Amino acid sequence: MQLFIEQLLNGIAIGSIYALITLGLALVYGIMRILHVAHAAVYTVGAYTGLLVFKVTGSLWLTFLGGMIFCSLIGILIERFVYFPLLKHPPYVPLIASIAIMLSIEEICRLIAGPFILIFPAKLPFPEVSLGPVIISSTLSAVYCITAAVLLFLWIVSTRTEMGLAMRAASQDIPIADAMGINSHNIISATFIIGSSIAAVAGILVGIYYNQVYPTMGAVPAYKCLALIVVGGMGSVPGAVIASLLLGVAETLLIGYANIPLPRDALAFIAMIAVLMWRSEGLMGSR
Amino acid sequence: MNAYVITIATIVAINAISVCGLNVIVGYAGQISLGHAAFVGIGAYSAALLTTKAGLSFWAALPIVITICGLIGLLLGLPSLRVREDFLAITTIGINFIIEAVFLYIPFFGGALGIGGIPRIVLFGVKLKAFAFFSLCLFFLFVVLIICWWFTRSWAGLASFALREEEEAAASLGISPVRVKLLAFVIGTAMAGLGGALYAHYMRFISATDFSFPVSISLLSMLVLGGMGNLWAPLIGAVILGSLPEIFRPLVDYRIFFYTVLLLLMIRFQPAGLLGEKSMVRRIIASAMPGGKK
Repeated sequence: MQLFIEQLLNGIAIGSIYALITLGLALVYGIMRILHVAHAAVYTVGAYTGLLVFKVTGSLWLTFLGGMIFCSLIGILIERFVYFPLLKHPPYVPLIASIAIMLSIEEICRLIAGPFILIFPAKLPFPEVSLGPVIISSTLSAVYCITAAVLLFLWIVSTRTEMGLAMRAASQDIPIADAMGINSHNIISATFIIGSSIAAVAGILVGIYYNQVYPTMGAVPAYKCLALIVVGGMGSVPGAVIASLLLGVAETLLIGYANIPLPRDALAFIAMIAVLMWRSEGLMGSR
Repeated sequence: MNAYVITIATIVAINAISVCGLNVIVGYAGQISLGHAAFVGIGAYSAALLTTKAGLSFWAALPIVITICGLIGLLLGLPSLRVREDFLAITTIGINFIIEAVFLYIPFFGGALGIGGIPRIVLFGVKLKAFAFFSLCLFFLFVVLIICWWFTRSWAGLASFALREEEEAAASLGISPVRVKLLAFVIGTAMAGLGGALYAHYMRFISATDFSFPVSISLLSMLVLGGMGNLWAPLIGAVILGSLPEIFRPLVDYRIFFYTVLLLLMIRFQPAGLLGEKSMVRRIIASAMPGGKK
């Protein structure tokens, strides 16, 4: 029982990290209808920038801030110079561009930082919580708290602010939103800033959680999170979060208990194909 | 020609065959597929298993391999009837990951060790090596190009073009989207199967990572670079992307970086590819022709 609860807690932590990466993807898909594979590269850059800032300053606040600022910058560059000019082309064109960006950013990381695994020796100042025999380590509670904070922030922005209203309007219909006096291009850039900052947070958290930063750390999340936004319902933020948490728990428990012959990374895609075949609007999507 | 050039040329020819299949699915029928390497893998694995475990010759195995690939293409083409564009793109990515996992984790397919000891192709009692094998690949490439050309002239080909441009309009003209899409998938995956079988017999050792998702991306990149839907695109794309890493070889560490940046610049500024409509090369050729628009 104790082992089960520990597995469950780990699963929720992994699910939270998936959720942080998938959020940005869902936001971008919601507003631009582009499968932003390069988001995972932004996440890798976030981890590297965070590590660099941490080594130079030693301050965790600056680590997160630096990662978020640098990733926002990259997000905006990708949006302005690659995605926006390609919007009028069929969807596979920005998708291939995105994959090319992702691979070239991975290469840049490898060329600058080297192909080896770097360690991220940071300690997050979160308390260790003990529930009876089960102990939630400080890293785990950090992952929970930061994810909850990000979700709360996103919920407040999208429901309580004018910018959130504009974002929701632009994701429904850009020409109409423009006609209503919304500068949709700025809204798209704002979406990229928010999504990329969250990716930076996710990258730094993963770096600390596994104590590893390496150039191809984005390769598996890149495609798994695409599957997650499908399972959650294209562009639906709550759906993406629920799907991520479910996948995190399912992966951890299946590996721990059922002896399935398939690797855990295939699970997300099997779930996705099942969803597409039987409930193609996703968990929380609407048609 | 020295052995080095022949090796690269053979790989280019095999890739061109697989990309021709992708062209039928993506370029002609407009069904985006990001999992083409999986079909190449199915071809390679079935050829390898039939020749090593069942003891068939390449020539006896080839029709079976192509049939198996076509049937699996039919099966995996079914999602395209239900989902479109972005969804189909992600579904095919998923299919690629799942099939790679099946090859890697099921002992029947050799698991992580792959399958080795695949025999050479024997033709008229001679074991095909180097240049002879390359000629065989060229012959198959020629056959595949003829089939592609014939497809673009046939009723099914015209129907698939109509479907690519506007599915509802095509359906209202009496074109069955189900039949045309599935036909394109069957032809495309059968060609991928042929490419895979040749690959298996050329390398004589295959493992799951030879058919992973990045391979699908490079196959699609070849097609995009050449110009989707153009008969010659697979050939041009395979030659350019096959030879670029070799040309960049002096850059050693930086060559993959240059390769990806080139792909990015290409798709950003020439999304229709080198030979696509409205592309730079097309315009130059058109204006150079007598009577062409300047």
